[in-house]
Amino acid sequence: MSKSLSHIFLPAFGGAALAIAAAVVVANRDYGQSKIETLEDRIAQVEAQASAASEMARAEAERATALDVKIAEVQAAAAERMESGVTLIASAPDADGRYGLGRAALVDEIAAWDVDVLPDGRGLPEGSGDVFTGEEVFAEKCASCHGDFAEGVDNWPVLAGGFDTLGDKDPVKTVGSYWPHLSTAWDYIHRSMPFGEAGTLTADETYAIVAYILYSNDLVDDEFELSHENFTAFEMHNKNGFVVDDRSELEYAQWRKEPCMENCKDSVEITMRATFLDVTPEGGGDSVMNHATTNDTPTFSAVAASDTNAQSVDAGTADVAAVDPALVETGEKVFKKCKACHAVGEGAKNKSGPQLNALLGRTIGAIEGFKYSAAFKAAHDEGRTWDETAMTEFLTKPKAYMKGTKMSFAGLKNEDDIAAVIAYLKSFGG
Amino acid sequence: MDDIFKSRTSRRAFLRGSAAAVAGSVAGTAAASEPDPLITELQDWASYTGVGVDETPYGLPIRFEADVVRRNVEWLTASPISSINFTPIHALDGTITPQGCAFERHHSGAIELSKEDYRLMINGLVDQPLVFTYEDLERFPRENHVYFCECAANTGMEWAGAQLNGVQFTHGMIHNMEYTGVPLRTLLNEAGLNAAGELSDKWVYVEGADASSNGRSIPMEKALDDVLVAFKANGEALRMEHGYPVRLVVPGWEGNMWVKWIRRIEVVDAAVESREETSKYTDVYEDGTARKWTWVMDAKSVVTSPSPQKPITHGKGPLVISGLAWSGHGRITRVDVSKDGGINWETARLGKQGDTKALTRFYLDTEWDGSPMLLQSRAMDETGYVQPTKDQLREQRGENSVYHNNCIQTWYVNAEGIAENVEVS
Repeated sequence: MSKSLSHIFLPAFGGAALAIAAAVVVANRDYGQSKIETLEDRIAQVEAQASAASEMARAEAERATALDVKIAEVQAAAAERMESGVTLIASAPDADGRYGLGRAALVDEIAAWDVDVLPDGRGLPEGSGDVFTGEEVFAEKCASCHGDFAEGVDNWPVLAGGFDTLGDKDPVKTVGSYWPHLSTAWDYIHRSMPFGEAGTLTADETYAIVAYILYSNDLVDDEFELSHENFTAFEMHNKNGFVVDDRSELEYAQWRKEPCMENCKDSVEITMRATFLDVTPEGGGDSVMNHATTNDTPTFSAVAASDTNAQSVDAGTADVAAVDPALVETGEKVFKKCKACHAVGEGAKNKSGPQLNALLGRTIGAIEGFKYSAAFKAAHDEGRTWDETAMTEFLTKPKAYMKGTKMSFAGLKNEDDIAAVIAYLKSFGG
Repeated sequence: MDDIFKSRTSRRAFLRGSAAAVAGSVAGTAAASEPDPLITELQDWASYTGVGVDETPYGLPIRFEADVVRRNVEWLTASPISSINFTPIHALDGTITPQGCAFERHHSGAIELSKEDYRLMINGLVDQPLVFTYEDLERFPRENHVYFCECAANTGMEWAGAQLNGVQFTHGMIHNMEYTGVPLRTLLNEAGLNAAGELSDKWVYVEGADASSNGRSIPMEKALDDVLVAFKANGEALRMEHGYPVRLVVPGWEGNMWVKWIRRIEVVDAAVESREETSKYTDVYEDGTARKWTWVMDAKSVVTSPSPQKPITHGKGPLVISGLAWSGHGRITRVDVSKDGGINWETARLGKQGDTKALTRFYLDTEWDGSPMLLQSRAMDETGYVQPTKDQLREQRGENSVYHNNCIQTWYVNAEGIAENVEVS
């Protein structure tokens, strides 16, 4: 026996070992030598296990300490990154491969949406239109805003003239005087015009309108026909009038420097005062770029704004009760087709079409200050009024009901839409 | 630039200030002769109950703030459907613009386009033309960034002289929001750019779904840089008037390029030269020639308070002069303020370090002695660019430019604290 029993008092054994020792002392000596040996083996085993456990505990404690250090390091590094502004924030990952989202665009879909036209004529569909046709189409679809001769109505864009004004105080920038590429006119008219009916012009109509605009700019004669074949041969008046952004050479070079902080000027005088919104005591008139008076200026009063709301609610309530609210709501949606030219409701003003408050029952062509067509003036003089029948006929086919009307709208195809929009208009009186 | 962000009040100055306050307490502190009934009497709101949580599922500002709204200038345009309105920047603070009062610019009116009806097409010089639904877009990795969006025509009415008497009107074609969206380059990669070959001379043409189908050409370099296809602003869906459900965000570049209701992205080998990049948004000079492709919005700033819509109403004493600065070239690094029309300048305190291509708020905490002021602010960005005076700009470009006016603005504040838009020598 190389190992004495005293080994059992090794502290590592703990209570269990003491219990085993006690058991050995009180054991019947006849129990046998083999039993003692077995117990000694057992003790050796337990001792070895205890030693291994203590070794493992020490190793784990060391690892824990090391991890604590590591955590402290990571935290310190993170704090440092936070301070220096570098954090765990990252841009969305760039795809090396693809995400496989979306679906293939179909040829017909691309054809429907990809209609832009480039300066070199790419994108132009086949077709043609002459000045004469263009004048007719323009009068019907464009003149209510742009004027019969492309001269512009009210604040709507002037499309013709303005040559040799680009260097003036108020340059007149028209298709003729300013636009560098003819493709821009064709592309814009075809895609975005007429205002409120975008996307309805055929290729031939567009060629014709563009031909007419060139004619109204005195750039072609009245025999001219524009087509996809002669399109790119046409050179615009101002094709060389543009330079690419050169601010970096002309401006940044001299404005990137430490600015003056003290005594930068000898004296400072007021040379001009704003004239809008406030009544400016003196010198305001000269600063007026636009021909507006102080009466045109916006007001800031919140009280006035809420008063207006209150009025509109009062005025509307009684009339709304007389019509079907659901129909009125549908009508409001249909009216979107009219909104480019007509206003209705509290404070509605004439636009390129007259305001439509209290329309039903009103004499045709009765809004003072609106320039009606001869047809409307005649109807007015005859004393004709807008009732539901007249309104329905007019909205079905405006030009059939009122031959010579300036209204370019083609009419509402759907009877329900007509009934709805009339109900909507009724909700504003009449 | 670090010291700009530190408190400018030293301990010594604090002690000096306290001494002055003690000495001036009799004259400087208002005395009340009668107890304030708002304090001594029981008020309704302190006794009765207020409204419940089911009152307003989506809240609007309290009625006392009813004048903090967008406004337009009727005579500017022919119709409000093709027009612009202005952010009430005189009444806002901080940098984020609430969506409900952020300026709108439409060419054919704001449209209602649902997420279900939304489609985005990528075509042109790509390996595989694609169509995405709204749901597809939300499955790409996305990013959040704060950027300003400024209309190229902001301050455009001021070229020829001091015109509009309110910072809302002179500088309100701007807003600043936190956008959530997918980088445009991610979508371009999805369609594949091998078909485009050499990318340096390629363009991306972007187009809206509304009736104006506003279209702009963007150089490929910018498209692959920081452009976002965004669907959220300030944490919530875009508003209808800002392009719901999806708009383009083109950081630092003029607002017209931030195509709303974006429906198509086409890779092309030349600029399309659309209406909005030739006849509009180009800068005409005195000799009649024009500058095109002027996309970047240069560094600019303005004092928002005091200003014509925000007069000084409290009389002499402590006054906070505050304003906004921004640059399409990067971060704002410094803003100087002058009270004498540009003779002397003081460096203002920046509210916090500005984000790149986003609004930065500045403050000058000062004592007003009641004498008239000619207030100006002057921004500097990280490229060292210094915001020019009106005269410097006119010398370069004349007065007919309309667009890209980033001049130093002057407010004349009189002894009553009323401010007016003026020009100075």
